[in-house]
Amino acid sequence: MGLIIALLAVALLILIATIGAGTLGLHYLFGIVIPYASLAVFLIGVVYRVIIWAKSPVPFRIPTTCGQQKSLPWIKSSKLEAPNSTLGVIGRMALEVLFFRTLFRNTKTLLAKGPKLGYSSEKFLWLAAMAFHWCLLVILLRHLRFFVEPVPSFVGLLQPLDGFFQVGLPIIYISNVLIALGLLFLLFRRLFDPKLRYISLAADYFPLFLILSIGTTGALMRYTSIKANLIPIKQLVTGLFGFQPVIPAGLDVMFFIHLFLVCALIAYIPFSKLMHMGGIFMSPTRNLANNSRIKRHINPWNPDVKLHTYEEYEDEFREVMKAAKMPLEKE
Amino acid sequence: MADNIKKPEELAQIDFRPPRKLWTNPSIEFRKGTFNYAAVPEKAEYLGLPHVRKWQPMDDDWQIPDNWQEIIFEGMRERLDKYRSFRIFMDICVRCGACADKCHFFIGSGDPKNMPVLRAELLRSIYRKNFTLAGKIMGKIAGGRELTIDVLKEWFFYFFQCTECRRCSVFCPYGIDTAEITMMARELLNLIGLNIDWIVTPAANCFRTGNHLGIQPHGFKDSIDFAVDELEELTGVKVEAPINKKGAEILFVAPSADYFATPHYYTLLGYLALFHEIGLDYTWSSYASEGGNFGLFHSTDVMKRLNAKIYMEAKRLGVKWVLGGECGHMWRVLHQYMDTMNGPADFLEEPVSPITGTKFENTRSTKMVHIIEFVSDLIKNNKLKLDPSRNDHWNVTFHDSCNPARAMGLIEEPRYVIRNVCNNFHEMPENTIKEQTFCCGSGAGLGTDENLEMRLRGGFPKANAVKHVHEKHGVNILLCICAIDKATLPPLLEYWVPGVEVGGIHEMIGNALIMKGEKRTTDLRGTPFLGTAKGDDEGKESAEDV
Repeated sequence: MGLIIALLAVALLILIATIGAGTLGLHYLFGIVIPYASLAVFLIGVVYRVIIWAKSPVPFRIPTTCGQQKSLPWIKSSKLEAPNSTLGVIGRMALEVLFFRTLFRNTKTLLAKGPKLGYSSEKFLWLAAMAFHWCLLVILLRHLRFFVEPVPSFVGLLQPLDGFFQVGLPIIYISNVLIALGLLFLLFRRLFDPKLRYISLAADYFPLFLILSIGTTGALMRYTSIKANLIPIKQLVTGLFGFQPVIPAGLDVMFFIHLFLVCALIAYIPFSKLMHMGGIFMSPTRNLANNSRIKRHINPWNPDVKLHTYEEYEDEFREVMKAAKMPLEKE
Repeated sequence: MADNIKKPEELAQIDFRPPRKLWTNPSIEFRKGTFNYAAVPEKAEYLGLPHVRKWQPMDDDWQIPDNWQEIIFEGMRERLDKYRSFRIFMDICVRCGACADKCHFFIGSGDPKNMPVLRAELLRSIYRKNFTLAGKIMGKIAGGRELTIDVLKEWFFYFFQCTECRRCSVFCPYGIDTAEITMMARELLNLIGLNIDWIVTPAANCFRTGNHLGIQPHGFKDSIDFAVDELEELTGVKVEAPINKKGAEILFVAPSADYFATPHYYTLLGYLALFHEIGLDYTWSSYASEGGNFGLFHSTDVMKRLNAKIYMEAKRLGVKWVLGGECGHMWRVLHQYMDTMNGPADFLEEPVSPITGTKFENTRSTKMVHIIEFVSDLIKNNKLKLDPSRNDHWNVTFHDSCNPARAMGLIEEPRYVIRNVCNNFHEMPENTIKEQTFCCGSGAGLGTDENLEMRLRGGFPKANAVKHVHEKHGVNILLCICAIDKATLPPLLEYWVPGVEVGGIHEMIGNALIMKGEKRTTDLRGTPFLGTAKGDDEGKESAEDV
């Protein structure tokens, strides 16, 4: 169900761009209005979501400890898995955000006859996630050469590195291959692991198909005869980023499809699970130090509750306590 | 053990393939053995909980208020505004499935709604439909669901089928913690009077009498006095166990099962022997005689109400600091909640061991030290005369309890102590200990007889790990530092891996401890030590550090 809806949604987006920018020639709409609108939705949406998150306080210090606490000086504490200082927390978060530390821990549970449970390391999800996210970043940075003039020098360095193997003509980027493999693994995992298929929603397939389509249209423009005409594209994009938008002649439909899908993606982010990229930084089980017995954590709404005082307790049980010769406040 | 329970071979026939049917349309069957009974009205009333009435989960009509949906939505809104964790965990799950096979209930039952991701989706789908723009507009397509009675019954079933053990949160790339989600869901259910008895009754009892069984102060004193006598019979040493003693240096708080239940009781004997031997100036309190906090399984309010007693009593008795016994969820509350809820404890002093002079700097704000931290320091400073060979009849393994491991990081201290008091220690496989430890399957209020099948299923991964070391190394006792473990693991192990006992670390300390003037030939269970009974001379060498 979710799979079909997601496929249809992406097909519909492609159709809209094909008809709108191709058949109807609405270049101004698809080249300027929609990119600006989606960027605005993205920026406002993300800021709004982060503000909503930030407005809710963190009443308790609830890190999940994945290692030894800091207690007695002669016991080696795990500074990154159960950090007790801000520096440790930064380290833990950096490992998480840059290297997906937690996914690296992933295991697979197997039940054999006996019954005997076994757990094996399961690194493919980590590998695919790393490939996808890092390549996405590399591709984004490579695209800077279309966005800004002069092209930043590190982008110039990135390109030969990314095309290190010098395979194909034009040279095939490593990042393009890896991102495709990563995405396809994530998709096939969702489709063929019964547990994953069972839990997957349209909202899980949609971004996968959308990003795959963006990649495909991009690859078509680079590697096939539908070669994109780079000069007007750069004019358009630098115009957009310089807030002096122009619609140059010579833009192809394929480019408009690619651009429209990118716009759809960035406008979709604030409404979706893709907000995980911001959420991870604010997750209280990861971004707090395990120092709750060292430093008092303040709950801004700490409620007044009905207590049962010792006086009430002694009033109720004074006789039996007296008989049992237990010390009393009042005889 | 109930007779209607399947044999282990049958129960282990677990099918991990999810059904063909979508999960979104629930129909819950309250089958005997898989759920907990509702709270007894007078206990719920004692705590002043909302919408008290007589009902049971298997009833068709749960007699909830007519405006129950409104109450739930209002409750959700309030909690979304109060807990960033709740909001973030509702928003950012990508359903990567890394958590799916990490839950002991999923591994033991194969029920897909026991995958942490789906347990959270039960609530998340309602959140999406009612609190997100996409869900409001697109409903089902955006993964939203209507809040119906069937959904409510599903919540009750599955949120009281989570032991808040946090294992999934170790594996979630965003740290999404199902314990947090379950806590929210249970608070919401409480708002319309849906509670289970093995949470509400112990909580009400603790609130009134100070212990989970509702035993009155003189009964508490009897238990402690009885233990003192028994220890004298076993060791020939008469110890003191002061209760409600003003001006003592340290207030000692243990889970109340330690003085009412077996095998907890041997741990209690261990505490008493230890405190006597080091001459600790301490006191028990009958008023704050329960460190275990069933409020954690109910709501932050009830948690705070129960926990408040410890500081109030420490103040009344004028102690310097507080020492806490062997308990799992108790330590989650003491470590992560107590100071925030009921602090600051500025009337106490920074804990210093009166025996070694060690400052427990890791507790300088809360002023509460874990007894295993305290003993580790004693052993390190050679303050105890220990003869680990007195535990040679035990082949031990150690079960990390969920909360000390994943909400505190108390991992090496217990191992250090065990290595100093036992000669035969074997670890379970690495994916089943330390931060990856599996729950006993009965925590968070689910340890009832009526829920036995689910407990056996949930405890299967842990029991299977015990079976591994039982067969490989001849392990015959599992040590743990949690009162719920001590209560619920014996039947679990009897079912899955007969021949393995359960005990506490202080039981082993009590066995190994050479006391001045002792005359003993047996361990604290009355089992003779291996070989000839050892005299004082042989035991003088103290254990070496490991």
